Amino acid sequence: MIRTLISATFLCAASMTQADTLKLAVTTSFENSGLADVLLPAIEADLGIDLQLLVVGTGQALRLGAGGDVDAILVHSRASEEVFVADGFGTHRSEIMYNDFVLIGPKSDKAQIGATSGAAESLQRIADAQATYVSRGDDSGTHKAELKVWQIAEREPATFGSWYNAVGAGMGTALNTASALNAYILSDRASWLNFKNKGDLALLFSGDPVLFNQYAYLPVNPAKHPTVQYEMAMQLEEWLLSDKSAASINNYRINGETLFVFNGQQ
Amino acid sequence: MNDISQGLLAALRLIVTFDAELWEISLRSLQVSLTAVIIASAVAMPFGAFLAVQRFKYRRLIISIMNALMGLPPVVVGLIFYILLSRSGPFGVFGLLFTPWAMIIVQIVIITPIIASISHQAMRELWAEYHDLLISLNTSKWQRIKTLIWDGRRNLLTAGLAGFGRAIGEVGAIMIVGGNIEHATRVLTTAIALETGKGDFALALGLGFVLIGLALFVNISIHWLSRTERERRW
Repeated sequence: MIRTLISATFLCAASMTQADTLKLAVTTSFENSGLADVLLPAIEADLGIDLQLLVVGTGQALRLGAGGDVDAILVHSRASEEVFVADGFGTHRSEIMYNDFVLIGPKSDKAQIGATSGAAESLQRIADAQATYVSRGDDSGTHKAELKVWQIAEREPATFGSWYNAVGAGMGTALNTASALNAYILSDRASWLNFKNKGDLALLFSGDPVLFNQYAYLPVNPAKHPTVQYEMAMQLEEWLLSDKSAASINNYRINGETLFVFNGQQ
Repeated sequence: MNDISQGLLAALRLIVTFDAELWEISLRSLQVSLTAVIIASAVAMPFGAFLAVQRFKYRRLIISIMNALMGLPPVVVGLIFYILLSRSGPFGVFGLLFTPWAMIIVQIVIITPIIASISHQAMRELWAEYHDLLISLNTSKWQRIKTLIWDGRRNLLTAGLAGFGRAIGEVGAIMIVGGNIEHATRVLTTAIALETGKGDFALALGLGFVLIGLALFVNISIHWLSRTERERRW
């Protein structure tokens, strides 16, 4: 009996490894938005490839690409992406779409960030009021965007007191923390709309161009890592830039709100 | 409290409707952890018995190291194997990263010391009892190990189940080397982490109850199959 059990287990285990798959590292904000659930089946139907998503922060996605562990990455942090291409890890960078970041906070909005002229001023008010704030603190695209706004606001997060909580976690975990602390937080719009544990939080500020969030697709350079599926990665890029993809992205809505705007160069 | 009852409801709903995704990830959890337990047991149990029977110079040192390794932090094991299995790492050519095999490997590393330690403890007590008999029968080392393993099989079962418990509930290591890829490496624990991240506590908790149920089911069915905990046995 034990022998059959062992061989059965091995058979099962052997069937778990498959070939002809494309591994794509994407950011948590992309996955949490739910757009992946719309695009993935269409890609698999049109291209016949088994697309596997690795959901990580932008920092880790770039590491995965640099290590040759994924075939392409879809991230949102322009400066790091350009370094990635310049270092030869990616062949090129093509912009696909953008969405935006929003400022979330307690409904009572004690720092009064809702009625300001820009995101920087909103953050200044949070800092001046020393209102509890949750930061991703994980070197992700969202974290980098937050740091950029702090810079414009001329405030230095390193000098902040205990009201500033860098949780070092993904968007969802950070939102859970903010919900529990009733704190302010910068989130991408998609993750926020899909988030189910909103508690007493509400969307307080959005619309400043500084909060626009560009997603780009970068195939990993086969010259660095011969094992990557470059051809498949190029097929996927072509698909992502197609009219069909543009329509799917532009028509994706949660509660009637458009989340992403396609801006790929066809 | 409300969240917990909603979690129970979510678990019920998933089970009653035979949710396809739930089946898939539950089966994968079982596949990965059972494979890891079988391979780890095949190494750890004879090793535990060997340590009980054989006396050699660094025996005590090995036993203390083995006991210390029971507390191996999974997330560190995950990170080390991530670096080893990465395409740019020494074992990159096998392309194992982000496959179920990578998860099996880290689980083997995590549970082997546990199974070996518990096996050694059980074998040591048995050996104290059998020592004179087996020596007087002039048995070989291998025969002694075999006898101990066979007669201590119920205790070894406990060792295996302890390893299984640790493996099936583990998330830190398999998240790193498995990547939680849908339809490829997503298992119950990583799915729970994912749903928690989405703020869907009811579904996360529901999956949690399914995981607990699965662990109970495996334990009970193995006890039933091996006919322990029954009248007039032992």
